[in-house]
Amino acid sequence: MKDTGGGAPASPPAPLVTMRKRRPFPTYILVFLLPAAGIYTLFMIYPLIDSLRVSLYAPEDGRRAFAGLANYARLLTDSLYAPRFWAALRHNFVFFAVHMLVQNPIGLILAVALSSRRLRGRVIYRTLLFMPTVLSFVIVGFIWQLILSPLWGVAEGLMQAVGAGAYFRPWLGMEGPALVTLSLVSVWQFIGIPMLLFHAALLAIPDEFVEAARVDGASGWTTFWRIELPLILPTVGVVAILTYVGNFNAFDLIYTTQGALAGPNFSTDILGTFFYRTFFGFQLQLGNPTMGATIAGAMFYIILVGVLLYLFVWQRRVQVYEL
Amino acid sequence: MWRARWLTFGVVVLLVIAGCQQRQAAQAPSAPVTLTIESWRNDDLPVWQDTILPAFMKRYPNIKVVFAPTAPTEYNAALNAKLEGGTAGDLITCRPFDLSLALFNKGFLAPVNDLSGMENFGDVAKSGWITDDGSTVFCVPMASVIHGFIYNGSIFKELGLSEPKTEAEFFAVLQKIRQDGRYAPLAMGTADQWEAATMGFQNIGPNYWKGEEGRLALIQGQQKFTDAQYVAVWRQLARWRPYMPRGFQAQKYPDSQNQFTLGKAAIYPAGSWEISLFRRQAQFELGAFTPPAPAGATDCYISDHVDIAIGMNAKTQHPQEARTFLEWVASQEFAELYSNGLPGFFTLSNHKITLQDPLAQTFINWRGLCKTTIRNSYQLLSRGEPNLENELWRVSAEVIKGALRPEQAARQIQTGLEKWYKPKQ
Repeated sequence: MKDTGGGAPASPPAPLVTMRKRRPFPTYILVFLLPAAGIYTLFMIYPLIDSLRVSLYAPEDGRRAFAGLANYARLLTDSLYAPRFWAALRHNFVFFAVHMLVQNPIGLILAVALSSRRLRGRVIYRTLLFMPTVLSFVIVGFIWQLILSPLWGVAEGLMQAVGAGAYFRPWLGMEGPALVTLSLVSVWQFIGIPMLLFHAALLAIPDEFVEAARVDGASGWTTFWRIELPLILPTVGVVAILTYVGNFNAFDLIYTTQGALAGPNFSTDILGTFFYRTFFGFQLQLGNPTMGATIAGAMFYIILVGVLLYLFVWQRRVQVYEL
Repeated sequence: MWRARWLTFGVVVLLVIAGCQQRQAAQAPSAPVTLTIESWRNDDLPVWQDTILPAFMKRYPNIKVVFAPTAPTEYNAALNAKLEGGTAGDLITCRPFDLSLALFNKGFLAPVNDLSGMENFGDVAKSGWITDDGSTVFCVPMASVIHGFIYNGSIFKELGLSEPKTEAEFFAVLQKIRQDGRYAPLAMGTADQWEAATMGFQNIGPNYWKGEEGRLALIQGQQKFTDAQYVAVWRQLARWRPYMPRGFQAQKYPDSQNQFTLGKAAIYPAGSWEISLFRRQAQFELGAFTPPAPAGATDCYISDHVDIAIGMNAKTQHPQEARTFLEWVASQEFAELYSNGLPGFFTLSNHKITLQDPLAQTFINWRGLCKTTIRNSYQLLSRGEPNLENELWRVSAEVIKGALRPEQAARQIQTGLEKWYKPKQ
């Protein structure tokens, strides 16, 4: 107790107060915090707050006048903005759902497979599976466009080889499948991240636990469900929140493959592309910085709600075991 | 010892170099004036450097001109930043309509009304760079692009086809190519959307809305996109669908270009800017025909769209030299050099010029046969939200795919336009 400093969670309040009295304010902490806090404030917090401020203004006679929440009302009700906004939000959630249902379970399965001792060449598999993650979006978008191209792509040939050639479609150009196709491309690219996070969490489980379970007669299946999964639950939360936040930043892939208009017919339009078009303008359309800031503001609040849910609902409920 | 010697040698060399530089700096006032051109046409750099600018500098040896392009997608933002920071070049390449008008209204571009040579440009040519009241021109028009259809001459010969004049003939040709089965009749996709509007709607449309007559009527509010002549254009586009390549929904613009130049497609709905690329890549004979005439049409109309001009930075240090350059841009010599150096970009002046590229000559000949107009979404009508041009891309692509009916497309466009546009009377 003496040398644990102020961080012991179980200590009663009285000793804590005496400790604070005994020790002077740790100034060195400020020194360590300042550079990061300074840079973060200058390049992240200040622009963010200023962007939220701009979203409360509207152009009037060539200048910006304070407009209160009018921009947000316009975003949610105007016949020009509202349908695009809700569609983009829906597409964002489809994108998120595909990642949660495909990327993370497959990532977990791969992680479990990789942590199996009987698998040979684990490092090679791990590297190969992680490789797409380090590729640029532009390259990934271009590769998949070529693979899926009805003119030059290999997808049709591959499908014919297994007798499924009749099912080939120009998916990226079709309103229904385009978004799901792009989501799956993104899954392909980022499968390495949940895989590595789960893999690291699984490696942290002491071998004795698994061995003890074996001795008690548990099958591999039971060991996974009863021992390993409960122990990596905190990582499941982290992966979910990373997926949630990353999905709102999934602008690059859509922009590089479908362009800023997020065709066909806006069917792949997510909040990121919607923001880009509005803020910077596109082709003959001039940029509208205040409405762009409003969309960015809406994105900020949506992400904030998700993160708060994670912090206050998931993190408080999930049981963390000391290993 | 050796080291000391080398050191002395090095110092002497440095001193000599420094001395030379100083002498150069001292000479600077009497040296030729240097003008810099801002442009987004980085593809054209060799032509400017090797052909156009040497011709100018030969005539005016005391003016040195540097062509300094930026990437097309960055140009607007970069130029704005440079103009605001006072570091922009002396000569500014102008995009048509609102982008340049905004620069003029902010005082970044100087008026060019009184340049000698401006009388060589007609009203349509100047329409892209003129104030709304028509009083001040602020850029010297350089070039336009013309729409039409480019075809693969070898395939036409092989299948015994001839250039279609009317729509009935056009679809008969397409039908024959499709029946043969080896080639895609039309090289076009809808994945990038803009080809459907630019190479589709704006290409064949002027024949229906009678060029300038319809375009101005739209601006004045006397015609609507829901009128029969506009719906008919989309109805024509919908008829293209069976002749599009398989999987055209996911086909992008470079796909179509490659498909055509590799000889896998017979007809390419085109803009003349494709000529130089097709010349480099295609191994077969190229021909071109005008947008086919609708049944019962007597006159023909083509889209001869104003695309590029050049103006003068209002804050340039060398206004006299910049004016000299702009006056030369309005001359016959520049018109010939530019149109021949960049086949497919045609001078907007009234000078009679001859082109060495026969395909480019075919396109420019149409100016004498048909009435010309510009794309109807560019002047005034794309200032608000929803943006008319972007909406035309979307609905035209949807009509070709069969996801929208022509009447629905027309209604969506008109509703969007009426949301913000009040016709000028």
